[in-house]
Amino acid sequence: MSEHDDHLRPNLARRRRNARLFRHLCAGLTWLAVALLAVLLIHVTRQGFGWVDLQFLSSFPSRFAEQAGIKSALWGTIWLIALTALISIPAGVAAAIYLEEFAARSRINSFIEINIANLAGVPSIVYGILGLAIFVRWFALGRSVLAGSLTMSLLILPVIIMASREAIRAVPMSIRHAAFAIGATRWQTVRHHVLPSALPGVLTGVILAMSRAIGETAPLVMIGALTYVAFVPEGPLDAFTALPIQIFNWASRPQQEFHQLAAGGIIVLLVVLLAMNAAAILIRQRSQRKARW
Amino acid sequence: MTTVAPTLTGKRRRRWSERGIRGVLFLFAVLSVLTTLGIIIVLARETVGFFREVSVFSFLFGTRWTPLLEPKSFGVLPLLNGTLMVVVGSALIAIPTGLASAVYLSEYASPRMRNISKPILEILAGIPTVVYGYFALTFITPVLKLVLPGTQVFNAASASIVVGIMILPMVASLCDDALRAVPGSLREGAYALGATSYETTTRVVVPGALSGVVAAFVLALSRALGETMAVTLAAGATPRLTLNPLESIQTMTAYIVQVSLGDTPRGTIEYQTIFTVGALLFSITLIANIVANRVMRHFREVYE
Repeated sequence: MSEHDDHLRPNLARRRRNARLFRHLCAGLTWLAVALLAVLLIHVTRQGFGWVDLQFLSSFPSRFAEQAGIKSALWGTIWLIALTALISIPAGVAAAIYLEEFAARSRINSFIEINIANLAGVPSIVYGILGLAIFVRWFALGRSVLAGSLTMSLLILPVIIMASREAIRAVPMSIRHAAFAIGATRWQTVRHHVLPSALPGVLTGVILAMSRAIGETAPLVMIGALTYVAFVPEGPLDAFTALPIQIFNWASRPQQEFHQLAAGGIIVLLVVLLAMNAAAILIRQRSQRKARW
Repeated sequence: MTTVAPTLTGKRRRRWSERGIRGVLFLFAVLSVLTTLGIIIVLARETVGFFREVSVFSFLFGTRWTPLLEPKSFGVLPLLNGTLMVVVGSALIAIPTGLASAVYLSEYASPRMRNISKPILEILAGIPTVVYGYFALTFITPVLKLVLPGTQVFNAASASIVVGIMILPMVASLCDDALRAVPGSLREGAYALGATSYETTTRVVVPGALSGVVAAFVLALSRALGETMAVTLAAGATPRLTLNPLESIQTMTAYIVQVSLGDTPRGTIEYQTIFTVGALLFSITLIANIVANRVMRHFREVYE
């Protein structure tokens, strides 16, 4: 026994040291990722903070950095997101309701499910190519807000469907059984009981999908939103630019001042995104507290 | 009797409206299939037109990509090379770091630390890619230039690093889910045999979650493959068959952006190239995603 111990002891010390090292390594790498976020935020703030003021928010883009602003980009993004929400939320929630509440286990339905999972992995630039060919050219919508919103809707539809399905699935069966037991039809059950209970979860998913849409750039570049736009869109068929596109435009110029303008745009974009994420977290926490089951 | 009749017709009407609603909902679910079909048809149509002019062989194996300059040449290898460099480079960063973060989150972190670091990773995942591109161009590249003076303004290394940072939260979060699905009893069994936490993690927990971990890697890499804005901003627009990460390159996605920024008339071969390159990109990511889903489904250890 003691012979065994002697044999083991130095080894044990080494094994313990390895375990300790490994633990510190894992923790260190995690906090390194967190530190990177801090570096990114500090860098952007230092570059762009001096540029964000009322004049920046209320001016059109310009050749002169001092006079340039994000008015058209900001309004373009608001238009784009409003239309995208109008199109994609009803469509996504309807598809989720069908798949969770109405669909039987059939071949078509499992095909639809696999298809949605694969669509979620398609690069956003491919959606841009689709939007260019179908909405811009075939439907002849041109480089309009509507074409952009339709493209964006297709892009975030899988996200909305998957989040909504999860929220609907979390509603306990007993609620549906109770509704059926007093004679409600399937749709009545869904409308009056399942959807209201699933609403916070659906809403969280929808907000996260919208915040993805706000930051997406590649599909909009594809459908040609990257032009000099010095006006605010007044209808869904007007040309537009959007915040991430304006940022891309400024960042791809060689001059230092335009890089700082890009940083200013990024600050505005991140503030909007942070606000949306905070709203999503708030809704999630409130609904968790209020959950009735 | 008179009260029964109206309820009966009401019932019938309800059944019909029920069927109608079901049909409408079904149409929305089918929309996703139409999207896939649309992508395939749109890409295939122009790709077929492209291959009428250029042979498949010279596209797939040609080593010069100069569709916008005379003499035109349509060998996609330089673009593929650029994309693969970014994928491999970002994997070198994101896979070890992401897995280590996942191990920390699921095996070591106290609930409090978890509650702090997990939302931060989520924020990191929600930052738009154009912001990462800006970060690469104005921060990572200058730092690289300080360390390695031969670095070009646009280079593959900077793009790879920033894409690595970008997909890291995805790797961490998916691996974390996979590791946490391994039941505690397996860990307790390993500890009871005298294993240290390091041995338990590397020989029991990670192997037990291997299908989820591998699927996470593949999904993250397919995202790196399709990543566009950060790569366009940081890696440049020089299709080049090189392995030097400090040189300017061009990825498939960056090429598509470059053409769509210019005024390329419809029907020309330049216009068709974006669909052909898009089709190649779509095929590769689709295969990666199908592989990931298969791995996840078929090699999953099922724990009771």
